Amino acid sequence: MTPPEGTSHSCHGGVSVEAPPGARKIVLVGNPNVGKSLFFNAFTGLYVDVSNFPGTTVTISSGRMGDDVVLDTPGVYGVSSFNDEEIVARDIIMEADVVVNVVDAVHLERDLFLTQQVLDMGLPTVVALNMIDEAEARDTRIDAEELSDRLGVPVVPTVAIVRKGFDQVRAAIDRACPGVSDPLLRDRMLALLDRVGTLPEALLVLEGDPYIAERHGVEAQGLRDEIYLDRRRRVNELVARVVERRGEGLDLRLRLGQALLRPLLGFPMLAAVLFVMYEIIGVFVAQTVVGFTEGSLMQGYVEPAIRTAVATVVGPEGVVYELLAGEFGVLTLTITYILGLLLPLVIGFYVMLSLLEDSGYLPRIAALADRAMTAIGLNGRAIIPMILGFGCITMATITTRILGNERERKIATALMAFAIPCSAQLGVITALLAAAGGPAMAALYVAVMVLVFGVIGLGMARYLPGSSTDLLIDLPPLRLPRPVNVLTKTYHKTVMFIREVSLYFAVGALLLGVLQVSGALVAAQDFVAPLTERWLLLPREAATAFIMGFVRRDFGAAGLYSLGLSGTSVLVALVTITLFVPCIASVLVIMKERGRVFTAFTWAGSLVLAFGVGGILAHAVSWV
Amino acid sequence: MTLLQARRGRKVRIVQIPDERARAQCVRFGIGEGTVVDSAEVLRVGPVLVRHCNQEICLGRNLAARIQVEEDGLPVEGARVSAVRRLRQRLRGGSRA
Repeated sequence: MTPPEGTSHSCHGGVSVEAPPGARKIVLVGNPNVGKSLFFNAFTGLYVDVSNFPGTTVTISSGRMGDDVVLDTPGVYGVSSFNDEEIVARDIIMEADVVVNVVDAVHLERDLFLTQQVLDMGLPTVVALNMIDEAEARDTRIDAEELSDRLGVPVVPTVAIVRKGFDQVRAAIDRACPGVSDPLLRDRMLALLDRVGTLPEALLVLEGDPYIAERHGVEAQGLRDEIYLDRRRRVNELVARVVERRGEGLDLRLRLGQALLRPLLGFPMLAAVLFVMYEIIGVFVAQTVVGFTEGSLMQGYVEPAIRTAVATVVGPEGVVYELLAGEFGVLTLTITYILGLLLPLVIGFYVMLSLLEDSGYLPRIAALADRAMTAIGLNGRAIIPMILGFGCITMATITTRILGNERERKIATALMAFAIPCSAQLGVITALLAAAGGPAMAALYVAVMVLVFGVIGLGMARYLPGSSTDLLIDLPPLRLPRPVNVLTKTYHKTVMFIREVSLYFAVGALLLGVLQVSGALVAAQDFVAPLTERWLLLPREAATAFIMGFVRRDFGAAGLYSLGLSGTSVLVALVTITLFVPCIASVLVIMKERGRVFTAFTWAGSLVLAFGVGGILAHAVSWV
Repeated sequence: MTLLQARRGRKVRIVQIPDERARAQCVRFGIGEGTVVDSAEVLRVGPVLVRHCNQEICLGRNLAARIQVEEDGLPVEGARVSAVRRLRQRLRGGSRA
């Protein structure tokens, strides 16, 4: 294997879409969940580079196969610019020297639409007819030769999970050629060619892609409906010719998939899955594993070692020492947070998320949650960040990228930042509630939080301008996830995440350090104290807990633990600290994802909300 | 009528999808205006489930309420039809050939 020289320089933002001279750009294209990543892994081996596509939040992978560069694209159902994934896929596909189009043999009607669109673009293509075994198991015969004849490109039957057919696909890449397209459509594209430069772009302009049209200073032509319907007709005719379906029976997997959408099995199953996830991420990883990595490992060994090292260089006291290795030291806090706290959580999350994704269960959860989510201006897909939010808001905020538009991302981010307690906090909260009054107090706490969540959600849905997107997803068949695939995905996403947030953390730590060294932190403490006593009816020392809450919410909750509060005071304090500002890690990620203005509003808003609701609750319970 | 009013397990013909993006995405999934889908069902949990060519597509209620459809013939063979409706159909005189 050639060493991956061309792939290593891309960590500074953009992916290496530029191939070295003489190398071909081989681009993997396909619908979601068709096994594209298995092809990518088999083609590129270990030397893989995963990075953000410039200007978007979509990650793409690139690697080398011999002298050629292989690029993976996000799974899409068609090429246009409806969302970030499509834009990224579009830009990579248009640059392709060869397209390897992976299609799901069981869902040819759907998948060949993209195939035909790629062929209409005039790109040299090879089609990998994947999951041919599943099609056979369903008594569906596909005439691959006939399909190849009619598409005009090589078609190779494959079973990616057992690596069957990979060599043939690799061999077929040299035989890739532009396939059959519609002559009328081609004429229209050729008429545009001198103004837009390439055939793929000509097609997209005809289909009304506003970005591509603007890029070439031409007017986008609104022919999408016409072209799409015609392409759909061609694909349907093709499928009628090459696919012979005999078995129509529903197998067990299909029946299970359907039963999961019925309330009777769907909701108990969802509850069980959420419980297991919470036990694994919220309890095992967030408490046991992080307790070890952050507490024992980082604070026990690594931080003291760093402090000693810094002390020998700059002396054990003074401003520089404080900034580098003090309570909020750039070196100490950053390393502890990233490696001790976030790394285990991030790994845990991505394993869970990959399992849910690969099993095909995630879209079903979205379907189950759609109705409730619609009421608060979201759609079913928003359940994913919400669930993750109970683990860690920081991580969950990143996953709001999957939502349909910025309005939805704002609502979801705000709801999580305001009203969802993270797992680190939940541990302390549960313990305090249990001590203060048991189930009744816990129920009251949950009721207040649900009420606040609902009111914020309904309010934002009503007053935030714009409208949210509707749920429109296809439900993939249920599958057993492949451990290798889950781990590969987790590894790449984790590396990406850590790489992205490290700088933010260092800057955040420095900022806190400066506040502390300058005395601003203590001043803030004094400032909050009257509010605590008169409005929240809590002891003066509770203010310290809120100050700690700025750094991390569970610090705040833990601060309350030591106050020895009782009864309703516990309720007031817990509601306030839950609604309180998100931890520094979350604030940094929110800033990165949603921008400074939104973050400022959320941050200030949560202060007002926390003390507002807390105070009202305090006075309400004191009357009762 | 709209897709949201479709009766469980019925074949329906899609007449009109007003939303531009949804229309394009549906065509990609294999469902265009004029397509007869294998069956449509309003799920009790909220969205509408449409089956077509081995695929299951889930549409939010609000979207389904904007999609115009017409019923196309009889319930699909093997689709889950309530016992009451089956009885009613039988009484009506063997509408299932």
